[in-house]
Amino acid sequence: MSTAAGKQRIAVAKTYKIFIDGKFPRSESGRYFTLEDKQGKVIANLCRGSRKDFRNAVVAARKAQPGWAKASAYLRSQILYRIAEMLEGRREQFVAELVLQGATQRAAEKEVDLSIDRLIYFAGWADKYQQVFSAVNPVSSAHFNFSVLEPTGVVSVLAPDDSGLLGLISNIAPIIVGGNTCIVLASESKPLCAVSFAEVLLAADVPGGVVNILTGFRAELTEFFASHMDVNAIVYCDGGKQVAITVQELAANNIKRVIARTRIDWSKADAMHPYLICDTQEVKTTWHPIGS
Amino acid sequence: MAIPENKLAFDGGWEYDPAPESTDHIKLKKRYGLFIDGEFVKPVKGRYFDTINPATEEKLSRVADASKEDVDKAVAAARRAYRTTWGRMKAAERGKYIFRIARIMQERAREFSIIESLDGGKPIRESRDIDVPLAAAHFFYYAGWADKLEYAFPGRTARPLGVAGQVIPWNFPLLMLSWKIAPALACGNTVVLKPAETTPLTALKLAEVIADAGLPPGVVNIVTGAGATGAAIVQHPGVDKIAFTGSTNVGRIIQKALAGTNKRYTLELGGKAANIIFADAAIDQAVEGIVNGIFFNQGHVCCAGSRLLVQESVADEVIAKLKERMETLIVGDPLDKNTDIGAINSPMQLQKIESYLKIGQREGGEMHQSSCRVPKKGYWCRPTIFTGVSQSSRVVQEEIFGPVLAIQTFRRYEEALSKANNSPYGLSGGVWTDKGAKIFNMTQNLRAGVVWANTFNKFDPTSPFGGYKESGMGREGGLHGLGAYVRLGAQA
Repeated sequence: MSTAAGKQRIAVAKTYKIFIDGKFPRSESGRYFTLEDKQGKVIANLCRGSRKDFRNAVVAARKAQPGWAKASAYLRSQILYRIAEMLEGRREQFVAELVLQGATQRAAEKEVDLSIDRLIYFAGWADKYQQVFSAVNPVSSAHFNFSVLEPTGVVSVLAPDDSGLLGLISNIAPIIVGGNTCIVLASESKPLCAVSFAEVLLAADVPGGVVNILTGFRAELTEFFASHMDVNAIVYCDGGKQVAITVQELAANNIKRVIARTRIDWSKADAMHPYLICDTQEVKTTWHPIGS
Repeated sequence: MAIPENKLAFDGGWEYDPAPESTDHIKLKKRYGLFIDGEFVKPVKGRYFDTINPATEEKLSRVADASKEDVDKAVAAARRAYRTTWGRMKAAERGKYIFRIARIMQERAREFSIIESLDGGKPIRESRDIDVPLAAAHFFYYAGWADKLEYAFPGRTARPLGVAGQVIPWNFPLLMLSWKIAPALACGNTVVLKPAETTPLTALKLAEVIADAGLPPGVVNIVTGAGATGAAIVQHPGVDKIAFTGSTNVGRIIQKALAGTNKRYTLELGGKAANIIFADAAIDQAVEGIVNGIFFNQGHVCCAGSRLLVQESVADEVIAKLKERMETLIVGDPLDKNTDIGAINSPMQLQKIESYLKIGQREGGEMHQSSCRVPKKGYWCRPTIFTGVSQSSRVVQEEIFGPVLAIQTFRRYEEALSKANNSPYGLSGGVWTDKGAKIFNMTQNLRAGVVWANTFNKFDPTSPFGGYKESGMGREGGLHGLGAYVRLGAQA
């Protein structure tokens, strides 16, 4: 942020806020933390999200979930595709943020490109995973019996720390493509792209509450993400054994599904498959008599 | 109100002669050891406990109480078998062994049915027509999957997990065993299974079948015992996967206990299913569905239709017909082929049910029980319904696991749906209506893993079963049931 001298224009810096219910509030706690570059220069102040922020986000996610699940698969597909379109249009911004957070230009470009392509990949699954993973079951009695996938519901996500954009998107996309809504804690060390990605979500007409993104301290917020009684599943990326213990012990209070994604290189081809969608799906089986 | 005046009079005159199943050819040993590494062995600490017939309170046999040391031995045997035989076997050969198990179970079906009814108290008609044939069918179904797993998981390679530790309940002892063991074996895992302490006998009989089928030693190990034995399995570091069916409270404890380990787990827990009757339903069929939903297996069913939601305009008619039908239900000797409702599985369970009968009345509910006679000895509960209960009543919210139905009414579709879903559970549900669109709308919006429309309590090996929310996670049965016993990785 260079000082103005003479005719030099002053750059307008962005205020990084959190994203709840399709809006950009500051943390209700009024707290912040500072992101610095390697030289110790301030890049930005970020909201240090609180338990209350998280609870507000859960309320928004729960409210949005039935409507999002009812949206047609075609529509969800197009919305995910639209996210990719918006991201492509802002490619330079995201590359610049990644570079600001320490990535090389080349690595930053690769991460943004992969992120866009990953959205396209999951956009295409929206109206297909059901066909691949559903079943008509040949029961021995005179009944028609079929099993379909339905979204688990509201999912909390502790996004990977080292992959601030690709890791974030690789976890959000399979959750929302399947009709779930989520509350995501962004990478603590590389949070910029997550906040900017929220702007992309808004521009892509993702309904408010479907994706909620908080920034803040993982050590402080993990227990709230894991323990909330109106959250149906938790996806946590990385963290040591103690994190695994904390998350699952608290998740057990309401039998949350616990999905651990540790040590995954999100840039590898193998980190991209439809079974990631299945992780936050439930199988529902319906019976009806056929008559004889 | 359309209550027929020409109803049949069941009071007086109508008596069934006893029609008991003979137990002559049933061979039960006085004492059973643990089935470890292909043979029956004595428990390390030499402790045994009685298993009794809940209909007569007579001792049937004594079974070993497995200690931590016994579980160690069983896990070691299972690990050895996984490494040396089962895990290396050609999948098709593995499948043939499992087919054999199914066939021998079919051959010995009558024996299994009788022992199941003796040990657990369920009517012989149910063990004979449902539990045992379904258990055999389960093995038969999964046997065929053993060499076809690449078609179950397109794009990925499925590998076995290793040693599966399995803890099962007392309500469907042999059937739950088959739900656990069959898919585990088909996917190439070996097993340490603990049957419930009140119903160990059919699992021990199945150990004989496993031996007769010639399975390599250690592939299936059966350890009997109570909660401490189950805990030893869950906490054993040599176990790769835990499969549990039982209460939500114990499921929670297990999920917590497994925190920080790499063990996979599936939990099939409690339920409080709503059985929803719309005014346009075929009422007589719906009444049969209500009866089957709550009185099947004495109501000891996690997916029991223990809440009835009936549309207000037909509530009086449905309740009147239900009360009439309840009068015809025969409670008594589980081995009698005319018996509809057998014995409550244990004195502990009877006590729990009776405490809920008191709670329901204390909360202002109106209790109605059928007037049937019950035997003097044994543990019995008459079919019971509660009316005048509210959504917050404990008999509406909590799982009773007995022949006790809580009845509520509704006016609009939305009210039925919101009452049905207002529960921490989400295992099953029922919908009765003649309108097709209403069925699909309702079955889609019920947050439950199994939904029966115009039927209830149907099961099949090909049909996935399992809960939403606090009713558990993972599925058993069908193609989806395989997922609980494999690790998926990139294709080679």
